[in-house]
Amino acid sequence: MKDTVLEMRNITKEFPGVKALDNVTLEVKRGDTHALVGENGAGKSTLMKVLSGVYPYKTYDGEILINGEIATFHTTRDSEKAGVAIIYQELALVKDLNVAENIFLGKLHQRGGVVSWDKVYFEAQKLLDDLGVEVDLSKKIKDIGIGQQQLVEIVKALSVDADILILDEPTAALTEAEVELLMEIIRKLKAKGVTCILISHKLNEVMEICDRCTVIRDGATIGTNDISELDEDKIIKMMAGRELTQRYPDKTAVIQDRVMLEVKSLCKWSKEDDSKKILDDISFNVKAGEILGISGLMGAGRTELLMSIFGYMKGRQEGEIIIDGEAVKISTPKKAIELGMGLVTEDRKKLGLVLIQSIVNNATLASLKKVSRNGVLNADMEVHETNKFVDSIGIKTPSVDVQVQKLSGGNQQKVLLARCLMTKPKVLFLDEPTRGIDVGAKYEIYTLMNELAAQGTAIVMVSSEMPEVIGMSDRVVVMHEGEIVCEYSRNEVSQEKIMLYASGGCND
Amino acid sequence: MIKLNFKKNISAFIMLISLVVIAAVFSILSDGIFFYPRNIAMLARQTTIVAIMAIGMMFVIVAGHIDLSVGQMMGFAGTVAAVLQVWYKWDTAPAIIAALFVGILGGVWHGYWVAYRKIPAFIATLGGMLIFQGAKIGLGKSMSIAPMNESFAKLGQAYIPAYIGWIIGSIAVIAMIISVIMNRRSKIKFNFQTVPVGVDIAKTIGITLVIFVAVWYLNRYQGIPMPVMIMLVLALIFSFVAKKTILGRNIFALGGNFEAATLSGIKTKMNTVIVFVISSGLAAAAGIILTARLNAATPAAGDGKELDAIAACVIGGTSMTGGVGSIPAVIVGALVMAALDNGMSLINLETYWQYIVKGLVLTFAVWADTMSKSRSE
Repeated sequence: MKDTVLEMRNITKEFPGVKALDNVTLEVKRGDTHALVGENGAGKSTLMKVLSGVYPYKTYDGEILINGEIATFHTTRDSEKAGVAIIYQELALVKDLNVAENIFLGKLHQRGGVVSWDKVYFEAQKLLDDLGVEVDLSKKIKDIGIGQQQLVEIVKALSVDADILILDEPTAALTEAEVELLMEIIRKLKAKGVTCILISHKLNEVMEICDRCTVIRDGATIGTNDISELDEDKIIKMMAGRELTQRYPDKTAVIQDRVMLEVKSLCKWSKEDDSKKILDDISFNVKAGEILGISGLMGAGRTELLMSIFGYMKGRQEGEIIIDGEAVKISTPKKAIELGMGLVTEDRKKLGLVLIQSIVNNATLASLKKVSRNGVLNADMEVHETNKFVDSIGIKTPSVDVQVQKLSGGNQQKVLLARCLMTKPKVLFLDEPTRGIDVGAKYEIYTLMNELAAQGTAIVMVSSEMPEVIGMSDRVVVMHEGEIVCEYSRNEVSQEKIMLYASGGCND
Repeated sequence: MIKLNFKKNISAFIMLISLVVIAAVFSILSDGIFFYPRNIAMLARQTTIVAIMAIGMMFVIVAGHIDLSVGQMMGFAGTVAAVLQVWYKWDTAPAIIAALFVGILGGVWHGYWVAYRKIPAFIATLGGMLIFQGAKIGLGKSMSIAPMNESFAKLGQAYIPAYIGWIIGSIAVIAMIISVIMNRRSKIKFNFQTVPVGVDIAKTIGITLVIFVAVWYLNRYQGIPMPVMIMLVLALIFSFVAKKTILGRNIFALGGNFEAATLSGIKTKMNTVIVFVISSGLAAAAGIILTARLNAATPAAGDGKELDAIAACVIGGTSMTGGVGSIPAVIVGALVMAALDNGMSLINLETYWQYIVKGLVLTFAVWADTMSKSRSE
């Protein structure tokens, strides 16, 4: 019987208005490769952030035991010292430094402040050889592939003698061959006695390499089993097995026959690398009054699809876009807006709002022509127009002069929606419309979506929350690696089907 | 609401207080000479050139860029005007138009490289600074070019007669009253709450007083200096552009969040070019006034002035990260810089000390601003 290396007991973590983790328990045995699975937003990443000290000790309830001792991590450095290393989905490497420098970043071998480069390269090479990784140490990170970067991250994590290595969706961006290599390395680590926690959506990988598996759903532990007791179907059931209660308002809007947006054979190539196809032969349409959900894993190309149609994403593009029966060429967002499209971006702080400006200024930003005459703005008209939306979509604020950075996430999202709606779009793109906002605000946004559909707006919603896609969409398409792999109507769709196609399980 | 407004205005208060402190200190140290009408007129004139450049610079900084070329652009445009008038006998109006045109071209040049070729503004305008410096020296053949026509020199040297000063002051007051009334009417039309009539009246009386006292004080010497008048008009126009026009809103938005501006359908590239055109154009205007005031174009004209313009913006609370700035505040910033120059010369402080003091004031001004902001968070 193996002993327990890590135990997380009754972890509860609350954000304002949201209980992200509710009494989660995780027990990992020494030397195991332990899978942590659950749909997006289930709380996997939050749990790992608690473990690695991103959320400091005492900002959560419950306790963490490492080798039987209570751990109190205040920073990620504390957790590193205790032997916990984490590799995030977004890699944390310095692109302009070479492989060896990155491996020992912050802890270069030195004597009296002078780096002993020979020692650095010697030690780095030793680490690589141990794992059987072949990378040129003197190459810059930006010059090696994403798969190799992933390996460098792992080597870097091991350079501090980690006992517990957490891999957050390490294979999401890798090719088949790279995945195979990574699997091989995880096996080697296991042989050396390193405990790995693998967060993954790819259940075939989980089945292949892991010893045990914990499923999380809605911030709670569903169960931990030996892999030998499980199969993919069972895991999917555990992940999705929630009762869908009335979390979504009933849709009363009638789908009209009028096709508002039609995309035919859209292909898109990367701006940086013209040989890399981001979107492959995408075709779909949305009718007036219809809500089309786009589901898929991170990196499947959903945001890229919206951004390409909206004229924001640069790079070679082929295919046809037809808006309300008229073939159009959209080269800039300005053009898209003029043609009656609206986009609410997934990243409201970075791509959406001017945080230092007021609600009014943000709301009117895309419709300044409407509130001006000959280029001169009418401040009262701006407030008047904005107030309409403050009332109709329920932005909670004492005044429209408040800076948007002082608002809650849900209200910020509504300001962004207000900006979009002020342009009276015929086709509305919503990219993760309810990310990071509380349950109440979510319901309000769903209601608003239904109202817009009832007014004849065609809505395309990208969402990583499967229940949301299923609860809100008239039709669902699933994307995988830049392609649409399947389409279901409201009646046919299920979480199991989406998950199967999203993870590339069915390629026919 | 009142609390919010107060927070918003904290930096403005700090700036005005520091201006009062600076004036008081120099007044004492100079035995009151600082406040002599003649010196105040001088001070106002000294402020103009930096203030005009700083107006343009504010737009550039708000848009998230910087323009290091304005000093040399000022010298170059002034030289263009002088060469055309003194050597080629051009009349005043065409010489001025040509100089302004040079400024606009310079702005298009910078805007092109920054917006369409993605060169950092720091580098693009550093290049422009060297190019204009070379052009200035080459065109002027390294000598002073003088004298200008009387009509040209007036732009920098003339004073507006006392009675016209009063007329202009009165027009300003009437315009202000009309705008207050229109503002109230518009608010009522949209069913908004209006501020109590008393507040509007008090505000109007206050500003009227300030305008009339300024006119009276300047009239005690020779009247409002012509360049000051030009500066005030430019400040008024560009303050309007910044606050009340789509163009201004677009510039603030793209400095506040470039991606959000693009996704909202703002032509970010074109607006970036316009920002540099405003900056270079105003630098050329400053150059014309400098040439007029000196009645000559000199090879060293404008050297280092870009830094004064940037300092005026920063003292005036313009955020170096973009998205925040106000023209009245920038003018006060320029006034602070000019008051330091003027006061230190009055008390015969040695030049090297003047640099050190200005450097310290700049640092402390920004520190005070940062402190007040982080506290109000």
